[in-house]
Amino acid sequence: MTTTTTIAEPVVSRNQTVRYGSISRGRRRTLYWSYLFLILFVIFFLTPPVYMFITSLKSSAEISAATNPWWVYHPTLSNYIDLLTQRTYLVFFRNSAVVSLCVVSVTMVISVLAAFSLARMKFWGSATLATGVFLAYLIPDSLVFIPLFKTFAFIHEKTGVELINHWWVLIILLPTLTVPFCTWIMIGYFASIPKELDEAALIDGAGYIQMLIKIFIPVALPGIIAATIFCFTVSWANFLYGLAFTTSADQLTLPVGIVTTLIRGDVYAWGQIMTGALLGAAPPLIIYAFLMDYYIAGLTAGATKG
Amino acid sequence: MAQVALRNIVKTFDRTPAVRGINLDIPDREFIVLVGPSGCGKSTTLRMIAGLEEATSGEIFIGDQLVNDVPPKDRDIAMVFQNYALYPHMTVFENMSFGLRLKKFPRAEIKERVQIAARILDITDLLDRRPKQLSGGQRQRVAMGRAIVRNPKVFLFDEPLSNLDAKLRVQMRTEIKKIHQQVTTTTVYVTHDQVEAMTLADRVVIMNAGRIDQIGTPHEVYHTPKTQFVAGFIGSPTMNMLPCRLVENGNGLTVRLSDWLSFPVPPSRVDRYRPQVGSELTFGLRPEHIIEWRGDVPPGAAAFEARLDVVEPMGMETMVYFIVDGLEVCGRVNPASAGRVGESMRLVADLNQMHLIDPRTELVV
Repeated sequence: MTTTTTIAEPVVSRNQTVRYGSISRGRRRTLYWSYLFLILFVIFFLTPPVYMFITSLKSSAEISAATNPWWVYHPTLSNYIDLLTQRTYLVFFRNSAVVSLCVVSVTMVISVLAAFSLARMKFWGSATLATGVFLAYLIPDSLVFIPLFKTFAFIHEKTGVELINHWWVLIILLPTLTVPFCTWIMIGYFASIPKELDEAALIDGAGYIQMLIKIFIPVALPGIIAATIFCFTVSWANFLYGLAFTTSADQLTLPVGIVTTLIRGDVYAWGQIMTGALLGAAPPLIIYAFLMDYYIAGLTAGATKG
Repeated sequence: MAQVALRNIVKTFDRTPAVRGINLDIPDREFIVLVGPSGCGKSTTLRMIAGLEEATSGEIFIGDQLVNDVPPKDRDIAMVFQNYALYPHMTVFENMSFGLRLKKFPRAEIKERVQIAARILDITDLLDRRPKQLSGGQRQRVAMGRAIVRNPKVFLFDEPLSNLDAKLRVQMRTEIKKIHQQVTTTTVYVTHDQVEAMTLADRVVIMNAGRIDQIGTPHEVYHTPKTQFVAGFIGSPTMNMLPCRLVENGNGLTVRLSDWLSFPVPPSRVDRYRPQVGSELTFGLRPEHIIEWRGDVPPGAAAFEARLDVVEPMGMETMVYFIVDGLEVCGRVNPASAGRVGESMRLVADLNQMHLIDPRTELVV
């Protein structure tokens, strides 16, 4: 008897000393890995802007001198002053701003209306059309710009309207990229709104337009903001269409303008290029910073069952 | 205030019939409950009255108006949904007044109507809140408030209590009944819960596979079901149903359930059942009509011994189960006199309450 108990006891105590700290330990280990990868990620993505910023503070002489590229010995604001006093750079900036704002407005009107009808008004072919919208998004812009160019040439031939080499042409062109994607996002958002909500609105006496404006847009606001951010970024940063469709210096947008006017032959004005790119990146950054708050607030408001 | 009438309503979804020809007359101010299992077409019927679904054929009248082609907003109805369907970005006040604002009511009247409805529903304090700040019961009240302020001809409820927990459901059930007594608007209420149907309805409509099996007061559908489905669907625990054979026994008739169990048919039923002598039937008797033996056998009842298979004490009463030819039969006895599992217990079946069902037609004889 006694032997069995003495044998049994250590077994029990060994069972009891099994460490149950494993949940917090597991969590800690997960966090270590998360931090590791997040830090790598941050370094990878923040290095170029930091490098741009450092270079933008250097004079051309210092850039070409063989000094430490990560340190500024003689900081100067001359690149900023040069650029901001140059008329061409300000024209690029204005072109980009007007194009982006117009593209955002046009896209959001089209895609909200399109998404609402595709998501909610079941009509013949609506499902096929929704798939078509998605497929349109999958076609890369580098494939679309050639047929678009041909189309413009054809229009010019038939009507005499010159559509090439005008900055405002981008307002027609860029929605071919933004509308399909924004429509697709908005279809998803609208589809997630419970069907009973529009039925309640229908019974309450709302027509389709009232339903859209008073119910769908406010409820799907986080989605609309996400789509707006995307749309702005795409049109602000678009390089290919600007490069292909505009040539005169006064018609260029920022991304194209910087590259075509600050590189003269094989002479790269690196300081100004970096400064221009950095200043060009500011508007999307500011928009993100402002809308992010609304965006996250909207997301969490919708997260709980309402 | 208006009556509602459905004439030969049929609804098919892609050739799948959901509603197969319904005729229903709902008088003004009546509280009618459509009840049935999932997929019986009750919600579809309600949605056709609302105008959210188009009837494949048949006519729907609200008041004296044929409304088949009238859009929902012009039907003057209000609907309460199972998941409340409150507008999440609006306050309670805005939710309740949305319909009135769309119809461009004067601001003072909107305010007054919302206040009155809020008082009826006891949600005056919640008018500035948003739906996500409310509990399930409060949300359902707001949904009802949204219906009341419109002062419609007909209220439509689509399983409004299904999302609430059991206790709240019972509370809200009473509340809905009270509100109907105050507002007295014609009401069509859809539920799959037969207790809700029984407690709320002036008349219950029992639907099964796209058809109406029976329309009647809660008392009628409970005590005189017309079909096997109604007999089995209404009542909890469900009616005991056993295959039986009706045989001649001198002047009277006997229901033979098994080798060891036969019941005499009460004299009042003999004439009704005589044409069925010799045929295989289904015998139905509710659990509360099988009780413990109290020393005597009232007229029309029969005493028998049964070995108890399961005993379920419920507090107020005890359910006893015994087996007849492989089928479980439930009786409802006084807890004090309930036997133990495995023991034999003397029970009394009140045959004045029995039903005989023809299994071929599934109709109650």
